[in-house]
Amino acid sequence: MTGLGALLLRDIRLALRLGGGGWIGVLFFLIIITLIPFAVGPDLALLRRLGPAFLWIGALLASLLTLDRLFAADHDDGSLDIILMAPAPLEIVIVIKALAHFLVNGLPLVVAAPVLGLLLNIEPPGMAAVTLTLMVGTPALTLIGLVGAALAVTLRRGGILVAVLILPLTIPVLIFGVTASNAAMSGPVPFGTPFTILCALSLASLAIGPFAAAAALRNRE
Amino acid sequence: MLETTSSLPKAAPSGLRGLANPTRFLALVDATLPWLIGITALVFAFGLAQALFVAPEDYQQGATVKIMYLHVPSAWLSMMGWTVMSIAALGTLVWRHPLADVAAKTAAPIGAALTFLCLVTGSLWGRPMWGTYWVWDARLTSVLVLFLMYLGVIALWHSVEDQARAARAAAVLTLVGAVNLPIIKFSVDWWNTLHQPASVFRMGGPTIAPSILIPLLIMAVAFTLLFFTLHLAAMRNEILRRRVRSLLMQQAEAAQRD
Repeated sequence: MTGLGALLLRDIRLALRLGGGGWIGVLFFLIIITLIPFAVGPDLALLRRLGPAFLWIGALLASLLTLDRLFAADHDDGSLDIILMAPAPLEIVIVIKALAHFLVNGLPLVVAAPVLGLLLNIEPPGMAAVTLTLMVGTPALTLIGLVGAALAVTLRRGGILVAVLILPLTIPVLIFGVTASNAAMSGPVPFGTPFTILCALSLASLAIGPFAAAAALRNRE
Repeated sequence: MLETTSSLPKAAPSGLRGLANPTRFLALVDATLPWLIGITALVFAFGLAQALFVAPEDYQQGATVKIMYLHVPSAWLSMMGWTVMSIAALGTLVWRHPLADVAAKTAAPIGAALTFLCLVTGSLWGRPMWGTYWVWDARLTSVLVLFLMYLGVIALWHSVEDQARAARAAAVLTLVGAVNLPIIKFSVDWWNTLHQPASVFRMGGPTIAPSILIPLLIMAVAFTLLFFTLHLAAMRNEILRRRVRSLLMQQAEAAQRD
């Protein structure tokens, strides 16, 4: 078992055991999707049209709230200093932690999306599109949110300020995720065009996010 | 005995390294700031006179087109502000220049104000021209995102007590946010937008008539001078503020010991 593999298993186990594991994100997602028809009204046609947008915003907020403590929890009990002394490059270590976070917190959101789509009366092509875009987009949200999580180590108070800092950076992912879903449901634009741009955004966040997060962690003192 | 270079007096370093000494920087600012204020005022007066009285009205928009002389320079300067912050961020993280964090901290509110001016003048211009105060097209959305990022960086500066740690965190965030600048610039080319496409900085040269372009460039120079005047004055204030703070802390420490 290599060190990186051990880190991955440790993070997965911690995420599964602490604070409700992957279920708390899904629960938050469910609560948001439940709140929306109370605010918007039960008009099924309107909910169908706006459904992908609500699913995306719910997934965005759910992953942001779980990312907050990614590095801060390790910093609090001192294990961050040990992790940073690992022989592997810091960027790879960060990608491993992001992978663990995505597997435990991101994937349940993707699996829950079609089920919640039923609550919003989205038809099957739309549900498939939303699920596919979330599958590709939640890694991007995790990787961009990493930067905020690394800054939260410096911040001590974190929380809402991290959301304020990171949400503007996640706006392109949100735009293309919803555009792709709407394209599959109705629009003249083919699904593939915004979807490939969404894939590109995910890959770009994989290229940039770990380096920015590593810089933030190295400069945390 | 051999005279080693370390025993000879060192010449003061030149260029940006020479300005690393805050006292020398303050001396430079004290010497140049009155001139800068004067030149800024003059160029602004000349530019506004040209824009309001000499430049022709648009054949469709009439006199309303003159909002452009405020809107476009403030848009250019809002992006330049983030560029200045990005260079200062590199100065903090890479070159460890002592005054880089002061430059970054003071550029943020000025850039935010210019972005706000750009959004408000654009909105007021859009109401008579487009029929709406706001539209969610690519250019307006990306400039709004820039404004949010400015506010986020200012919040970050104020949320960490230790200014050195705040400087490094803000530097990382500034460099990540610099990704937005090319998106803003090319948003009108990449998407169908209500906002008009690039008319000045484009391949093939500007498409504006010189009678309108020249006052616009004069106003751009005026706004640039305004930015740097405000920036230098703000840097001086920040350095003095930090000195006052450390004096207060020394005073509190001395009182505690007695």
